[in-house]
Amino acid sequence: MLKIAVIGGAETVIGFKALGLEACPVANAEEAREVLRHLTRDSEDYAIIYIEENLAAELKHDIDRYKDVPKPAIILIPGREGSLGLGQSALKAAVERAVGSDIL
Amino acid sequence: MAGTAITPTRMVLNQLKGRLKTARRGHKLLKDKRDELMRQFLDIVRRNKVLRAEVEQGLTEAFASLQVASAIMSPEMLEQALMYPRQSVELGMTFKNIMSVNVPVYDFRTKNNDPSEIFPYGFAQTSGELDDALEKMARVFQDMLELAQVEKTMQLLAQEIEKTRRRVNALEYVMIPDLETNIRYITMKLDENESSTKVRLMKVKDMVLKDAHDFK
Repeated sequence: MLKIAVIGGAETVIGFKALGLEACPVANAEEAREVLRHLTRDSEDYAIIYIEENLAAELKHDIDRYKDVPKPAIILIPGREGSLGLGQSALKAAVERAVGSDIL
Repeated sequence: MAGTAITPTRMVLNQLKGRLKTARRGHKLLKDKRDELMRQFLDIVRRNKVLRAEVEQGLTEAFASLQVASAIMSPEMLEQALMYPRQSVELGMTFKNIMSVNVPVYDFRTKNNDPSEIFPYGFAQTSGELDDALEKMARVFQDMLELAQVEKTMQLLAQEIEKTRRRVNALEYVMIPDLETNIRYITMKLDENESSTKVRLMKVKDMVLKDAHDFK
Protein backbone atom coordinates (compact mmCIF):
# COMPACT_ATOMS: atom_id res chain seq x y z
CA MET A 1 0.00 0.00 0.00
CA LEU A 2 1.25 3.43 -0.84
CA LYS A 3 1.43 6.43 1.40
CA ILE A 4 0.86 10.14 1.18
CA ALA A 5 3.23 12.62 2.77
CA VAL A 6 2.85 16.28 3.59
CA ILE A 7 5.89 18.51 3.90
CA GLY A 8 5.42 21.91 5.43
CA GLY A 9 5.69 24.04 8.49
CA ALA A 10 4.82 22.34 11.77
CA GLU A 11 1.55 24.23 12.02
CA THR A 12 0.52 23.37 8.50
CA VAL A 13 1.11 19.65 8.66
CA ILE A 14 -0.48 19.03 12.04
CA GLY A 15 -3.95 19.20 10.56
CA PHE A 16 -3.09 16.63 7.92
CA LYS A 17 -1.69 14.32 10.48
CA ALA A 18 -5.13 13.92 11.95
CA LEU A 19 -6.38 12.79 8.54
CA GLY A 20 -3.94 9.93 8.56
CA LEU A 21 -1.35 11.35 6.23
CA GLU A 22 2.32 11.20 6.99
CA ALA A 23 3.26 14.59 8.35
CA CYS A 24 6.80 15.84 7.90
CA PRO A 25 7.23 19.10 9.75
CA VAL A 26 10.24 21.11 8.61
CA ALA A 27 11.62 24.46 9.70
CA ASN A 28 13.26 25.68 6.50
CA ALA A 29 13.86 24.85 2.87
CA GLU A 30 17.10 23.04 3.54
CA GLU A 31 15.38 20.67 5.88
CA ALA A 32 12.57 20.25 3.40
CA ARG A 33 15.08 19.27 0.73
CA GLU A 34 16.49 16.61 3.01
CA VAL A 35 13.07 15.24 3.79
CA LEU A 36 12.03 15.29 0.16
CA ARG A 37 15.18 13.46 -0.82
CA HIS A 38 14.56 10.92 1.85
CA LEU A 39 10.95 10.37 0.79
CA THR A 40 11.70 10.04 -2.88
CA ARG A 41 15.02 8.28 -2.98
CA ASP A 42 15.18 6.01 0.01
CA SER A 43 11.63 4.84 -0.16
CA GLU A 44 9.25 3.67 -2.84
CA ASP A 45 6.19 3.93 -0.71
CA TYR A 46 5.13 7.48 -1.37
CA ALA A 47 2.80 8.07 -4.27
CA ILE A 48 1.79 11.62 -3.46
CA ILE A 49 3.82 14.25 -1.68
CA TYR A 50 2.11 17.51 -0.84
CA ILE A 51 4.52 20.34 -0.23
CA GLU A 52 3.92 23.83 1.03
CA GLU A 53 4.30 26.52 -1.60
CA ASN A 54 6.75 28.77 0.17
CA LEU A 55 9.12 25.83 0.63
CA ALA A 56 8.57 24.59 -2.89
CA ALA A 57 9.76 27.90 -4.29
CA GLU A 58 13.29 27.05 -3.18
CA LEU A 59 13.09 23.39 -4.13
CA LYS A 60 12.05 23.95 -7.70
CA HIS A 61 15.00 22.05 -9.06
CA ASP A 62 14.35 19.00 -6.89
CA ILE A 63 10.66 19.03 -7.67
CA ASP A 64 11.09 19.39 -11.42
CA ARG A 65 13.07 16.19 -11.45
CA TYR A 66 9.92 14.23 -10.67
CA LYS A 67 7.75 15.91 -13.24
CA ASP A 68 8.16 13.26 -15.90
CA VAL A 69 7.89 10.13 -13.80
CA PRO A 70 4.53 8.66 -12.79
CA LYS A 71 5.50 8.34 -9.16
CA PRO A 72 5.62 10.28 -6.92
CA ALA A 73 3.30 13.15 -7.71
CA ILE A 74 4.57 16.25 -5.98
CA ILE A 75 1.74 18.69 -5.52
CA LEU A 76 2.03 22.20 -4.16
CA ILE A 77 -0.46 23.33 -1.58
CA PRO A 78 -0.87 26.79 -0.14
CA GLY A 79 0.55 27.38 3.30
CA ARG A 80 -1.05 29.13 6.22
CA GLU A 81 -0.50 32.52 4.69
CA GLY A 82 -2.76 31.66 1.78
CA SER A 83 -1.98 31.00 -1.85
CA LEU A 84 1.16 32.38 -3.45
CA GLY A 85 0.00 31.43 -6.93
CA LEU A 86 2.83 28.95 -7.42
CA GLY A 87 0.44 26.09 -7.99
CA GLN A 88 -1.15 28.02 -10.82
CA SER A 89 2.25 28.69 -12.30
CA ALA A 90 2.95 24.95 -12.43
CA LEU A 91 -0.18 24.61 -14.52
CA LYS A 92 0.98 27.42 -16.74
CA ALA A 93 4.37 25.80 -17.21
CA ALA A 94 2.77 22.53 -18.28
CA VAL A 95 0.57 24.31 -20.81
CA GLU A 96 3.52 26.22 -22.18
CA ARG A 97 5.47 23.05 -22.50
CA ALA A 98 2.74 21.25 -24.38
CA VAL A 99 1.41 24.01 -26.58
CA GLY A 100 4.52 26.09 -27.00
CA SER A 101 2.90 29.25 -25.74
CA ASP A 102 0.70 30.32 -22.89
CA ILE A 103 -2.85 30.00 -24.15
CA LEU A 104 -4.66 30.44 -20.86
CA MET B 1 20.93 14.51 -45.70
CA ALA B 2 20.86 16.80 -48.67
CA GLY B 3 24.56 17.42 -48.24
CA THR B 4 25.70 13.84 -47.95
CA ALA B 5 26.60 11.91 -51.04
CA ILE B 6 23.96 9.49 -52.25
CA THR B 7 24.49 7.04 -55.00
CA PRO B 8 22.11 7.79 -57.84
CA THR B 9 20.97 4.27 -58.58
CA ARG B 10 17.58 2.78 -59.06
CA MET B 11 17.96 0.69 -55.93
CA VAL B 12 18.62 3.70 -53.73
CA LEU B 13 15.74 5.50 -55.41
CA ASN B 14 13.39 2.68 -54.51
CA GLN B 15 14.64 2.63 -50.95
CA LEU B 16 14.15 6.36 -50.63
CA LYS B 17 10.67 6.15 -52.08
CA GLY B 18 9.80 3.52 -49.49
CA ARG B 19 11.15 5.66 -46.72
CA LEU B 20 9.25 8.69 -47.92
CA LYS B 21 6.05 6.69 -47.90
CA THR B 22 6.69 5.52 -44.34
CA ALA B 23 7.63 9.01 -43.25
CA ARG B 24 4.42 10.43 -44.70
CA ARG B 25 2.31 7.81 -42.98
CA GLY B 26 4.17 8.28 -39.70
CA HIS B 27 3.71 12.00 -39.96
CA LYS B 28 -0.01 11.66 -40.42
CA LEU B 29 -0.34 9.23 -37.53
CA LEU B 30 1.75 11.33 -35.18
CA LYS B 31 -0.19 14.41 -36.11
CA ASP B 32 -3.43 12.64 -35.23
CA LYS B 33 -1.89 11.48 -31.97
CA ARG B 34 -0.80 14.98 -31.14
CA ASP B 35 -4.24 16.41 -31.84
CA GLU B 36 -5.96 13.85 -29.67
CA LEU B 37 -3.44 14.30 -26.86
CA MET B 38 -3.98 18.01 -27.04
CA ARG B 39 -7.73 17.63 -26.76
CA GLN B 40 -7.41 15.46 -23.68
CA PHE B 41 -4.75 17.73 -22.25
CA LEU B 42 -6.91 20.81 -22.50
CA ASP B 43 -9.78 19.03 -20.75
CA ILE B 44 -7.43 18.09 -17.96
CA VAL B 45 -5.98 21.55 -17.70
CA ARG B 46 -9.46 22.97 -17.29
CA ARG B 47 -10.29 20.43 -14.61
CA ASN B 48 -7.01 21.15 -12.89
CA LYS B 49 -7.68 24.84 -12.84
CA VAL B 50 -11.04 24.39 -11.16
CA LEU B 51 -9.70 21.88 -8.66
CA ARG B 52 -6.71 24.00 -7.76
CA ALA B 53 -8.93 26.96 -7.04
CA GLU B 54 -11.17 24.77 -4.89
CA VAL B 55 -8.31 23.25 -2.98
CA GLU B 56 -6.64 26.56 -2.33
CA GLN B 57 -9.87 28.07 -1.15
CA GLY B 58 -10.69 25.07 1.03
CA LEU B 59 -7.28 24.86 2.57
CA THR B 60 -7.18 28.53 3.34
CA GLU B 61 -10.47 28.15 5.16
CA ALA B 62 -9.30 25.06 6.99
CA PHE B 63 -6.10 26.75 8.06
CA ALA B 64 -8.04 29.73 9.28
CA SER B 65 -10.19 27.47 11.44
CA LEU B 66 -7.11 25.71 12.69
CA GLN B 67 -5.61 29.06 13.55
CA VAL B 68 -8.64 29.92 15.61
CA ALA B 69 -8.47 26.55 17.33
CA SER B 70 -4.82 26.97 18.15
CA ALA B 71 -5.53 30.42 19.53
CA ILE B 72 -8.11 29.02 21.89
CA MET B 73 -6.21 25.93 22.95
CA SER B 74 -2.70 25.80 24.26
CA PRO B 75 -0.12 24.48 21.77
CA GLU B 76 0.61 21.50 24.00
CA MET B 77 -3.03 20.58 24.17
CA LEU B 78 -3.39 20.91 20.44
CA GLU B 79 -0.42 18.75 19.75
CA GLN B 80 -1.54 16.19 22.23
CA ALA B 81 -5.00 16.07 20.70
CA LEU B 82 -3.65 15.44 17.22
CA MET B 83 -0.65 13.38 18.15
CA TYR B 84 -2.04 9.99 17.48
CA PRO B 85 -4.24 9.86 14.41
CA ARG B 86 -7.10 7.45 14.50
CA GLN B 87 -7.67 7.70 10.83
CA SER B 88 -5.26 6.14 8.44
CA VAL B 89 -5.12 6.34 4.71
CA GLU B 90 -4.40 3.63 2.25
CA LEU B 91 -3.62 4.56 -1.26
CA GLY B 92 -3.65 2.22 -4.19
CA MET B 93 -2.29 3.23 -7.51
CA THR B 94 -3.24 1.81 -10.87
CA PHE B 95 -2.42 3.11 -14.29
CA LYS B 96 -4.65 4.26 -17.04
CA ASN B 97 -3.48 4.45 -20.61
CA ILE B 98 -4.22 7.70 -22.41
CA MET B 99 -2.81 7.52 -25.92
CA SER B 100 0.08 5.35 -24.79
CA VAL B 101 0.84 7.58 -21.81
CA ASN B 102 0.56 5.78 -18.52
CA VAL B 103 -1.13 8.07 -16.06
CA PRO B 104 -1.77 7.20 -12.43
CA VAL B 105 -5.22 6.62 -11.02
CA TYR B 106 -5.35 6.76 -7.27
CA ASP B 107 -7.63 4.56 -5.34
CA PHE B 108 -8.08 5.91 -1.91
CA ARG B 109 -9.37 4.16 1.15
CA THR B 110 -9.63 5.36 4.66
CA LYS B 111 -9.59 2.91 7.48
CA ASN B 112 -12.55 4.44 9.19
CA ASN B 113 -15.41 5.23 6.94
CA ASP B 114 -17.51 6.92 9.54
CA PRO B 115 -16.99 10.67 9.08
CA SER B 116 -17.38 11.29 12.79
CA GLU B 117 -14.44 9.00 13.41
CA ILE B 118 -11.87 11.38 12.06
CA PHE B 119 -11.35 13.07 15.39
CA PRO B 120 -8.47 11.42 17.17
CA TYR B 121 -9.35 12.89 20.54
CA GLY B 122 -12.06 13.09 23.10
CA PHE B 123 -14.36 16.06 22.90
CA ALA B 124 -14.07 16.99 26.54
CA GLN B 125 -10.74 18.73 26.48
CA THR B 126 -10.67 20.29 23.08
CA SER B 127 -12.49 23.21 21.61
CA GLY B 128 -15.20 22.95 19.00
CA GLU B 129 -13.14 25.02 16.60
CA LEU B 130 -10.71 22.15 16.25
CA ASP B 131 -13.51 19.80 15.23
CA ASP B 132 -14.55 22.37 12.71
CA ALA B 133 -11.07 22.73 11.30
CA LEU B 134 -10.60 18.99 10.96
CA GLU B 135 -13.90 18.56 9.28
CA LYS B 136 -13.01 21.19 6.72
CA MET B 137 -9.66 19.54 6.24
CA ALA B 138 -11.23 16.15 5.63
CA ARG B 139 -13.59 17.65 3.09
CA VAL B 140 -10.89 19.45 1.15
CA PHE B 141 -8.75 16.35 1.18
CA GLN B 142 -10.99 14.60 -1.34
CA ASP B 143 -10.33 17.42 -3.76
CA MET B 144 -6.63 17.37 -2.96
CA LEU B 145 -6.45 13.75 -3.94
CA GLU B 146 -8.14 14.36 -7.25
CA LEU B 147 -5.89 17.35 -7.78
CA ALA B 148 -2.84 15.15 -7.34
CA GLN B 149 -4.12 12.76 -9.96
CA VAL B 150 -5.11 15.45 -12.41
CA GLU B 151 -1.92 17.40 -11.97
CA LYS B 152 0.29 14.38 -12.49
CA THR B 153 -1.71 13.42 -15.57
CA MET B 154 -1.31 16.92 -16.87
CA GLN B 155 2.46 16.87 -16.45
CA LEU B 156 2.84 13.49 -18.08
CA LEU B 157 0.63 14.48 -20.99
CA ALA B 158 2.54 17.73 -21.42
CA GLN B 159 5.73 15.77 -21.71
CA GLU B 160 4.25 13.38 -24.26
CA ILE B 161 2.78 16.21 -26.30
CA GLU B 162 6.12 17.96 -26.39
CA LYS B 163 7.79 14.80 -27.61
CA THR B 164 5.13 14.12 -30.24
CA ARG B 165 5.18 17.69 -31.42
CA ARG B 166 8.91 17.53 -31.95
CA ARG B 167 8.60 14.33 -33.91
CA VAL B 168 5.87 15.75 -36.09
CA ASN B 169 7.95 18.84 -36.79
CA ALA B 170 11.10 16.85 -37.48
CA LEU B 171 9.22 14.71 -39.98
CA GLU B 172 7.42 17.60 -41.57
CA TYR B 173 10.27 20.05 -41.88
CA VAL B 174 13.38 17.88 -42.07
CA MET B 175 12.82 14.27 -42.98
CA ILE B 176 10.18 14.59 -45.67
CA PRO B 177 11.72 17.58 -47.53
CA ASP B 178 15.14 15.91 -47.43
CA LEU B 179 13.81 12.68 -48.82
CA GLU B 180 11.99 14.56 -51.55
CA THR B 181 15.14 16.46 -52.53
CA ASN B 182 17.14 13.26 -52.69
CA ILE B 183 14.52 11.52 -54.76
CA ARG B 184 14.40 14.43 -57.15
CA TYR B 185 18.18 14.41 -57.38
CA ILE B 186 18.31 10.71 -58.21
CA THR B 187 15.49 10.94 -60.74
CA MET B 188 17.24 13.74 -62.51
CA LYS B 189 20.57 11.94 -62.49
CA LEU B 190 18.96 8.79 -63.85
CA ASP B 191 17.22 10.74 -66.62
CA GLU B 192 20.47 12.37 -67.49
CA ASN B 193 22.23 9.01 -67.69
CA GLU B 194 19.46 7.64 -69.79
CA SER B 195 19.57 10.45 -72.32
CA SER B 196 23.33 10.32 -72.56
CA THR B 197 23.15 6.57 -73.14
CA LYS B 198 20.57 7.16 -75.82
CA VAL B 199 22.73 9.73 -77.54
CA ARG B 200 25.70 7.41 -77.36
CA LEU B 201 23.72 4.55 -78.85
CA MET B 202 22.48 6.70 -81.71
CA LYS B 203 26.00 7.81 -82.37
CA VAL B 204 27.25 4.22 -82.39
CA LYS B 205 24.39 3.17 -84.62
CA ASP B 206 25.32 5.89 -87.07
CA MET B 207 28.91 4.76 -87.07
CA VAL B 208 27.96 1.12 -87.57
CA LEU B 209 25.58 2.00 -90.39
CA LYS B 210 28.21 4.08 -92.02
CA ASP B 211 30.65 1.16 -91.90
CA ALA B 212 28.11 -1.40 -93.12
CA HIS B 213 26.86 0.51 -96.13
CA ASP B 214 30.15 1.97 -96.87
CA PHE B 215 28.86 5.51 -97.04
CA LYS B 216 31.77 7.70 -97.66
